[in-house]
Amino acid sequence: MSVAEQPSGNVGKVMRRKEDPPLITGKGRYVDDITLPGMLWASFVRSPEAHATITSIDTSAAAAREGITAVFTGADMTDVPAPLPMAWAPPGVQVNNPEHWALAKDAVKHVGDPVAVVIGEDRYAVQDAVEDVFVDYEPLPVVVDPEQAIAGEPFVHDSLGTNRVHEWSLAGGDVEAGFAEADVVVERRVVNHRIAGAPIECRGVIAEYRPGQLTLYSATQVPHFVRLFMALLLGIGEDRVRVIAPDVGGGFGQKLQVYGEELVACWASRRLGVPVKWTETRSENMSVAHQGRDQISRVRMGAKRDGTITAFHVKILADFGAYNMILTPLIPSLGAFVMGGCYKIPNVQTDIVGVFTNKCPTDAIRGAGRPEATQMIEVTLDQVAHELDMDPVEIRRRNFIPAEDFPAATATGVVYDSGNYDGTLDKLLEHVDVPAFRAEQEKLRSEGVYRGLGFCTWTEICGLAPSRVTGPAGVGVQAGLWESAMIRVHNTGAVTVYTGTSPHGQGLDTAFAQIVADKLGVDPAVVEVVHGDTAIGPEGRNTYGSRSLATGGEAVCKATDKVVEKVKQIVAAELEAAPEDIEVAGGKFSVKGSPDKGMALADVAGVAYIGAVPEGMEPGLEETNFYDPENFVFPFGAHACIVDVDAETGKVKVLRYVAVDDCGNPVNPLLIDGQIHGGVVHGIGQALYERVHYDADGQLVTGTFVDYALATAAELPNFETDRTITPSPVNSMGVKGVGEAGTIAASAAVTNAVIDALRPLGVDYINMPLTPMRVWEAINEGSAAS
Amino acid sequence: MIPAEFHYTAPESLEDAIQALVDGGEDAKLLAGGHSLIPLMKLRLAAPSLLVDLRKVPGLHGIERQDGAFRVGALTPHRKLEFSPELGIVAKVAAVIADPQVRHRGTIGGSLAHGDSASDLPAAMLITEAEVTLQGPDGQRSVTAADLFLDYMTTAVGEQEVLTEIRLPALDGWGSSYHKFNRRSEDWAMVAACAVVKANGSTCEDVRIGLTNMAAVPLRATAAEDALRGQELSPENIAKAAELAAEGTDPPSDLNASTEYKKHLARVMARRAIADSLAA
Amino acid sequence: MSTVPVRLNVNGVKHTLEVEPRLLLVHALRDKLALTGTHVGCDTSNCGACTVHLNGEAVKSCTMLAVQADGEEVTTIEGLGTEDDLHPVQEAFWNNHGLQCGYCTPGMIMAGAALLAENPDPSETEVRHALEGNLCRCTGYHNIVKSILDAAGRSSSEVSA
Repeated sequence: MSVAEQPSGNVGKVMRRKEDPPLITGKGRYVDDITLPGMLWASFVRSPEAHATITSIDTSAAAAREGITAVFTGADMTDVPAPLPMAWAPPGVQVNNPEHWALAKDAVKHVGDPVAVVIGEDRYAVQDAVEDVFVDYEPLPVVVDPEQAIAGEPFVHDSLGTNRVHEWSLAGGDVEAGFAEADVVVERRVVNHRIAGAPIECRGVIAEYRPGQLTLYSATQVPHFVRLFMALLLGIGEDRVRVIAPDVGGGFGQKLQVYGEELVACWASRRLGVPVKWTETRSENMSVAHQGRDQISRVRMGAKRDGTITAFHVKILADFGAYNMILTPLIPSLGAFVMGGCYKIPNVQTDIVGVFTNKCPTDAIRGAGRPEATQMIEVTLDQVAHELDMDPVEIRRRNFIPAEDFPAATATGVVYDSGNYDGTLDKLLEHVDVPAFRAEQEKLRSEGVYRGLGFCTWTEICGLAPSRVTGPAGVGVQAGLWESAMIRVHNTGAVTVYTGTSPHGQGLDTAFAQIVADKLGVDPAVVEVVHGDTAIGPEGRNTYGSRSLATGGEAVCKATDKVVEKVKQIVAAELEAAPEDIEVAGGKFSVKGSPDKGMALADVAGVAYIGAVPEGMEPGLEETNFYDPENFVFPFGAHACIVDVDAETGKVKVLRYVAVDDCGNPVNPLLIDGQIHGGVVHGIGQALYERVHYDADGQLVTGTFVDYALATAAELPNFETDRTITPSPVNSMGVKGVGEAGTIAASAAVTNAVIDALRPLGVDYINMPLTPMRVWEAINEGSAAS
Repeated sequence: MIPAEFHYTAPESLEDAIQALVDGGEDAKLLAGGHSLIPLMKLRLAAPSLLVDLRKVPGLHGIERQDGAFRVGALTPHRKLEFSPELGIVAKVAAVIADPQVRHRGTIGGSLAHGDSASDLPAAMLITEAEVTLQGPDGQRSVTAADLFLDYMTTAVGEQEVLTEIRLPALDGWGSSYHKFNRRSEDWAMVAACAVVKANGSTCEDVRIGLTNMAAVPLRATAAEDALRGQELSPENIAKAAELAAEGTDPPSDLNASTEYKKHLARVMARRAIADSLAA
Repeated sequence: MSTVPVRLNVNGVKHTLEVEPRLLLVHALRDKLALTGTHVGCDTSNCGACTVHLNGEAVKSCTMLAVQADGEEVTTIEGLGTEDDLHPVQEAFWNNHGLQCGYCTPGMIMAGAALLAENPDPSETEVRHALEGNLCRCTGYHNIVKSILDAAGRSSSEVSA
């Protein structure tokens, strides 16, 4: 971090996290750590077939085993009136949405589809009993390849008579007119392969139904959404359902979902009258927790000889797997909103076709649509530069939306809140000496060492809100995406913040405490942040889409501002001054110019709770805010990656990764850098290591962490991070999101670096993942062609 | 994921362990460190009815030099091999098995008896021309590494035999190197080559090259060895010999590597391993 | 299926358990002794979230039967240090933002502590290789490596922020 100025308050300062003491001493509390009296265990019987009709299920042997309480199938759940939810209904667009039941009713549509649940006394007994449930399957034709699926039969869902899910477009300008103006047009078939969320904590639930009341512990990012749907699907008043997300071991979008296992556990607990726990295994997680990406796109970019981009047209075929989950078909559209990237492109069009296949469903995974968009833009742009014999840095500068244009409307009508793209690129180039690199690169090539430098300059859309845009009348999400906060100052002056967000590693306890502490003149240590329990605090919209600070943090600000207003009135009355003359300084609320005379928050709380408040004022000191922003926020940045490619084996090694990000005003730089590091590795992981792969029969080949390769510390370098600060005008803090930024940028930077390394060998494009064999093959093909 | 049920015994002598195997029948399995067997049992790819745990059996640990060879107890963990540089190639190979935690528990005897040709030690046994001692109800016998590995995860160790000791000839004066190609350092080898080279001045007096994961069993790259033996150890000669490393192999393709790619890797890894043996 | 007795010395406390032979050490710790700081993150000995010390050495408790630890000393994250008396590696993770969701953290800390016990002055490369059996999805490892180097009294090269 090179931002030298130390802020006067807590906001902007590096602070170690409030969350950490329990987590570093083994005292965290994740779902599997919780045991309830009388609790039984659940384990699921899952389909080994990718597509089949269920002809019979024999549960008798399993049910007869010692320690087994019950075995249920889909036929037992007749009192659940509706299938699992899908919450996207774009106006004017038909979305085919087949029924998706928590336990399969007549057929299975992908490997891992749940068929039955075994409930019994312990973790081990239920896993044994699962093997004694005998299911007869009548195999049906399987379709795995989305291009084959969209062409016709076999159908994943016969009742639909098609594998097509939907068609959706977003266009601005006239791309064909743009291509007519172009001197060069680059076309690419970009495959953005399927990846897993792979939080290290798998999913898990404990449902406890007691007459009239349901409590569900779930490793989820979205306890409020889960509560709503459990209430609707089980016919229990929403007020009687409590969902608790305790410590959650990472989400990455995978836990932004309403899962069938949650419903089954709740249903079974009600049926049996005891708590029911399910802990997912990694093998289950790899085959049934929703996955991400999986797009095949036809990409065209046109530019004039001077490098000016005239048109960008993307046709995406998005493989959604076997079912629509809560937001599945929406995900590619999130990329469409920023398909012009950080460039001023007059003609941009994105056409999306969704398709079903016999694979695990996809939905939001870190970045959700924007990494795919960035990959298409940035990799294609590099090729345009190459064909125009331009420097990749130069072509980016040529096309940046200028800083003076903000707020900037793009061709598609999306308005970017703020940006200074030259600023982040300038700062990046302070860290990366490009001329020196090129000289070194040239020298190394003569020695047979293939080193490459790749850039990615990007922006993205996040801070998911505002409701008027994202909601039913706009984009079509069947929910408002505002956020809430409640601030309670206790008798002693201690403060509790109740946030509707549901952090699971982001560090919001610390960030929100910093924000509130400054406004109330207290130490962040006395500000407790409470989240992840729908019984406590206001209704919330939870954590995803890099939204928690820009929406939830702003709600915290606004609620705290209300508290401050009340405090000022109380202090003004006590000190016989005007409320507008009261300020917070040095841990006290005092009259401007008389800092020694004032009241600490604890003193004010004392007055408020004794009831000695000014006439007409309510006692107490507690305020709530629901905040719905006017716009999204658009973080941006400039990343560079340097790799060595072993041209003999195709193995890629990341030598340096430099990330300059701008997420507006920093609240806690430590947390920002941490988010960038992790996000970047998710992107490097997709580029080099991670791939979900199904064979032609729909069998999952990458079903464990042996085959699904998450990078380890040994494969990675230290990261170099820096930032510029361009505040967002959307919220009072001037903040933007940062949770997905690294992931959105990194895969393109890595890909461009590898291509840069290998251009002398005739390589000008490789689809991810850039595995050693694939790179080796590309080198062979390139060498053969040139 | 958890293993299926099984019976368990931890005998306190080798005789009792062998007897337990005899009594346990064909579904009885020996348990050493468990780092090959327990993962398979958790995935329910293996379901022995009886585990005979060797942990209380005395005399199966440690490394000792005797008559020009090292006698390595079967329960010696990889971590101990890793920090025994006198073992030459075996120490180098052990150092890159999986990860530190696995190396603390996994044992040389367990790994060899398991006979996974993707694991690191078997090929090193071939090129050190090691012998293993097998103790069974009918007494003791020795099997050379060349005769130990029969097929995919199938070895010459009988169902009622315990692999007790590995005899590693001390290759004094030989250089050695291991080149393991994998995507991540904790992974099994996609392909690996180990080499030991005895140089006489700049001439190759002898060379042995082992290949990992190129077949159902570990292999010697004999064509490459023959091509280099007696030749000047020049980069050109090494490269020429290494070009023969994959001769006669037909490794099965998988998601990460085709047959052709594996053969290519074998040639590259062999060349690098030979070349680096000269420096070490 | 019959049970067998297992004597474990866990964090200095002696326990005798009657367990199924197939009980994994991690489940003995979590389900029998309520030491839930040791986590499970995979089925295949890859993720290292279950790392504990067995007689001072880092091992994966998901790939050991509890009976294999009979008579041995086990240290879990709960035994490494407490809120009021943190182990230097715990303290360093806190100071350097070496954790986010916290789920891999106990395994990372135990792996780091075992490394430093064996090699008190590791290089950055040595730290990275010592962690090759531990997966983290949140941090990109940068701050984990930094934390362990910090606990060893060294700063990581090229570390910003």
